[in-house]
Amino acid sequence: MSNNCYLEIIRPGINSTFQDKGRFGLHHFGIPVSGAMDYRSYLISNALVKNDFKVGVLEFAYQGPLIKLHNGNASFCITGNVIFKIIKKNKDIIEGVCNKNYFIEDQDQIDILTTKKSVFGYLSFEGGFVLEKTWNSISTNTKAKIGSNDGDKLNSGDKIFLKKNNIENFKARYLKIDYKEDNEIRVLIGPNYDYFSKDSQDRFFKEDFLITNLTDRMGMRLKGFGLENIKSSNIRSEGIVKGVIQVPPDGHPIIMLSDYGTIGGYPKIANVASVDYDKLAQKIPNTKIKFKCIDLLEAEKLYKNYQQDITKIINDI
Amino acid sequence: MIKKVINLGDTALHCDFGDIVNKETNSKVINLFRYLTDEIQKKKIEGIINLTPSYNKLIISYDLKITNYQKLKTFLDNINYKDINFPSKNKVIEIPVCYEEPFCLDLKHISKKLKISNEEFINKHLSGDYFVYMTGFIAGMPFFGDLSKDLYLNRLKTPRVRVPAGSVGIVEQFCNIYTFESPGGWNIIGKTPLKIFDKNNYLEPAMLSPGDQIKIIRISLKEFEKLNVK
Repeated sequence: MSNNCYLEIIRPGINSTFQDKGRFGLHHFGIPVSGAMDYRSYLISNALVKNDFKVGVLEFAYQGPLIKLHNGNASFCITGNVIFKIIKKNKDIIEGVCNKNYFIEDQDQIDILTTKKSVFGYLSFEGGFVLEKTWNSISTNTKAKIGSNDGDKLNSGDKIFLKKNNIENFKARYLKIDYKEDNEIRVLIGPNYDYFSKDSQDRFFKEDFLITNLTDRMGMRLKGFGLENIKSSNIRSEGIVKGVIQVPPDGHPIIMLSDYGTIGGYPKIANVASVDYDKLAQKIPNTKIKFKCIDLLEAEKLYKNYQQDITKIINDI
Repeated sequence: MIKKVINLGDTALHCDFGDIVNKETNSKVINLFRYLTDEIQKKKIEGIINLTPSYNKLIISYDLKITNYQKLKTFLDNINYKDINFPSKNKVIEIPVCYEEPFCLDLKHISKKLKISNEEFINKHLSGDYFVYMTGFIAGMPFFGDLSKDLYLNRLKTPRVRVPAGSVGIVEQFCNIYTFESPGGWNIIGKTPLKIFDKNNYLEPAMLSPGDQIKIIRISLKEFEKLNVK
């Protein structure tokens, strides 16, 4: 196939950005890691089209894009829990199945209608997209306006070129994934846990928190019983990492997600355990979540097992 | 040197240098930050993915697939702090600021509150030798100080939904510069025409880094417009 093979973005979707593993070593300049929100689905999407795990993919939230292929054939895959269809150039329609790679031809379209009971879906193409790297990552950070697509979301009319691929040897792959995931989020006690009353500490692990609409790639605002701060509602601003749970003066926690501000000044009651990041990122607004306290060693062990499970899934493809 | 180290979740160490926020405490933070940056470059330590210095803390975040809390804690415990000394660069960076309308959004209300004239306020602000404590929150945003004690103010009661990029703000002993249009609760006294964050500058995207020294230069609206070429 030629190098002129590209995707025409007919409809961009609500919040479609290119993402990969993220960028590192830039916190002291105020630049967060970013990267795919659901890292597991990102890895699997690359694996199913036989890409290296670091290749950039298109992440979309809720409604995804409608795209048309030009000047060649290609192979793609969609991961997550997504409803989509392929509209062939002769107008035949193929209902899409996630975690399966497809062969498409010049002038075929992919219409990504919506994610189902989840927020993010991932679209990968064999060979990858032609994207510009900023600090060794194509991840788009729309707040700092950095990364591919000039730091912007996907727009109508954008042309995204594809890299050379080995499409002549197309081989169908399908992965049956059946996650049974509950609404329990495991966390570790944060540095300012003792800023909160004994009653609030207890209720933090007993009561439900509602995920509100004020949720994006930067953070997730929760609504709960309203935590009582008995010390101070501000701390000296200090570094943030993904998964930090901050509690502003109104008592309703905010969980920092991939595009977090690198510094924050609200007390940190807890931190999401790495094992549950992907699960959390996929929770839609109006979901009730519950926090469960685990210790550091347990968190490390759980994450190791989680990693091994993903590696096994990928190796079996 | 570090008063207390604890875990921040399962991917970071939270190093606390004590409650007192001043240049001395912050210099210790920056010294360790520079030492670790150097050790990472020399490949003497692996798995660290980010270092975040702030007023009195250093957050060390790591890849849990490569290292863990205990390994890095042991590394920190074995540092001989007497041997590490990364002095501040002696470079003083000049930042032009225009204190005129339409940029000085809160100057009138500040003068009223502090019971001094606009001119007095500006002269006091200009007389300071400033030191960058940290850079962050949004990309490239510098936090520097210390302001003269009689200029201390609290945050605005109601934060602005949009603070224009380039705005210079003050709260307590600190000063900052908004590198992007952003929501914010700082008292805005003026605006700089400089591009403080430049994503095309690969090595130094932030003009002002922790430990840098700053001198503010006053410019007129006309000079601002001359310098503000995009």
